[in-house]
Amino acid sequence: MATEVHNLQELRRSASLATKVFIQRDYSDGTICQFQTKFPPELDSRIERQLFEETVKTLNSFYAEAEKIGGSSYLEGCLACATAYFIFLCMETHYEKVLKKISRYIQEQNEKVFAPRGLLLTDPVERGMRVIEISIYEDRCSSGSSSSGSSSGSGSSSGGGGGAGGR
Amino acid sequence: MSVMVVRKKVTRKWEKLPGRNTFCCDGRVMMARQKGIFYLTLFLILGTCTLFFAFECRYLAVQLSPAIPVFAAMLFLFSMATLLRTSFSDPGVIPRALPDEAAFIEMEIEATNGAVPQGQRPPPRIKNFQINNQIVKLKYCYTCKIFRPPRASHCSICDNCVERFDHHCPWVGNCVGKRNYRYFYLFILSLSLLTIYVFAFNIVYVALKSLKIGFLETLKETPGTVLEVLICFFTLWSVVGLTGFHTFLVALNQTTNEDIKGSWTGKNRVQNPYSHGNIVKNCCEVLCGPLPPSVLDRRGILPLEESGSRPPSTQEASTSLLPQGPAPIDHLSNEMPEDTSTPEDMPPPEPPEPPQEEPPLAGRTSLPSWPRPPPPSKGS
Repeated sequence: MATEVHNLQELRRSASLATKVFIQRDYSDGTICQFQTKFPPELDSRIERQLFEETVKTLNSFYAEAEKIGGSSYLEGCLACATAYFIFLCMETHYEKVLKKISRYIQEQNEKVFAPRGLLLTDPVERGMRVIEISIYEDRCSSGSSSSGSSSGSGSSSGGGGGAGGR
Repeated sequence: MSVMVVRKKVTRKWEKLPGRNTFCCDGRVMMARQKGIFYLTLFLILGTCTLFFAFECRYLAVQLSPAIPVFAAMLFLFSMATLLRTSFSDPGVIPRALPDEAAFIEMEIEATNGAVPQGQRPPPRIKNFQINNQIVKLKYCYTCKIFRPPRASHCSICDNCVERFDHHCPWVGNCVGKRNYRYFYLFILSLSLLTIYVFAFNIVYVALKSLKIGFLETLKETPGTVLEVLICFFTLWSVVGLTGFHTFLVALNQTTNEDIKGSWTGKNRVQNPYSHGNIVKNCCEVLCGPLPPSVLDRRGILPLEESGSRPPSTQEASTSLLPQGPAPIDHLSNEMPEDTSTPEDMPPPEPPEPPQEEPPLAGRTSLPSWPRPPPPSKGS
């Protein structure tokens, strides 16, 4: 499977959705947008733990950058206030710029890392910033090994989910 | 032979959003359903300022200074802009969980708590404990099928979970939450200043003119002055008091909801973990911090096959449980700082949870059929 390179269109055409995994938010630092880096057991057979954690950590750092409270955000806030917020009609906020960066990063990660492994990351902004949705595709082209992998993954998800729920 | 003309109508996501909001301008404007009091607010501000500019300003600009109407105009425009921003923007609504996500969470809950036998009512609230130096409990929202982030609350009037929920304000016709709190604060601040300004200069006008033509003659000449003074007098007490209250909240980085519930007060309660301990820092974060964009994507286009399905209205979740009729007036009393000590005679922004939230549907088979998202197309 590692030798088969799927681009995203091929993936959707040739694969069927097996299951979805949802990476929840991590509120241990307050209300800032951070996602749990805990590795879901359903992805055990699909992707290396390190790659997954790196992706989530990079996303977390992007969100931290977007929500950073500092000189530039104050300046933007004060300028916007001084113009009675009319400036937002023609200017993008810093947060929106970072969200665009995140979208590009996710697309890049999907193309390079996740799609070749039969996975697809959904931008959290499409899920209300609640979860990172990872769709696990069962590849129709490949043998039954991937389907058994995903079915054992979904079978163990309740056990793994319990752990995640407790966290 | 009949000819069918197929008109391709674009369905935007706002048309299928659950919750009790109204949308205007093809999804650009988002408000609560009850807008009557908002129209009253607009009428009072516009009416009073029109009278002020038409009568008093003409006299005062000549007699005292032309800067008087200029400054009044600036205050008026600023308060109108912030009012419209507060009323028309998304307060920070958290979209409801899609069926897959809701099923996943329910599976996790069952795994943690054990499956509830069919027919039995599950525990009223399900909490997810997380450590944040202190223990933060996340509440599960049965309507939105999500674990609410900290500081979020479900507004029963709009039937949405709102981030950093402050309160539902009928005067602006919208919830006040994370995304529009600063606009709300600046609105009440500028309205206070405007009210004081108009009130003061009305007095000055009456005083100046009375010296020339007498008090009664002045009132006969511009009867609008009496109306303005009356409106400003009553507005002063409410809006200035409200501004003071919210200044206090901003300085402590608290929300009205937390203040009413007493989340951070009392000897057994934890200290507010969101406060920086420094008034200036708190003010800067609340008023000048980064502004997250709306995650609702109201103007996104729904694919054609999704347009047919419609999420079930959640009217039944709330109408049978809450008195919707008196709610705007009760929430009006919520505006007065001095009335926040009597929570029992008015529904707080989030009413007590057991009557508000419906128990989960038995099993996972009867999840409402929200429109399924299209397969993720990674172009974003």
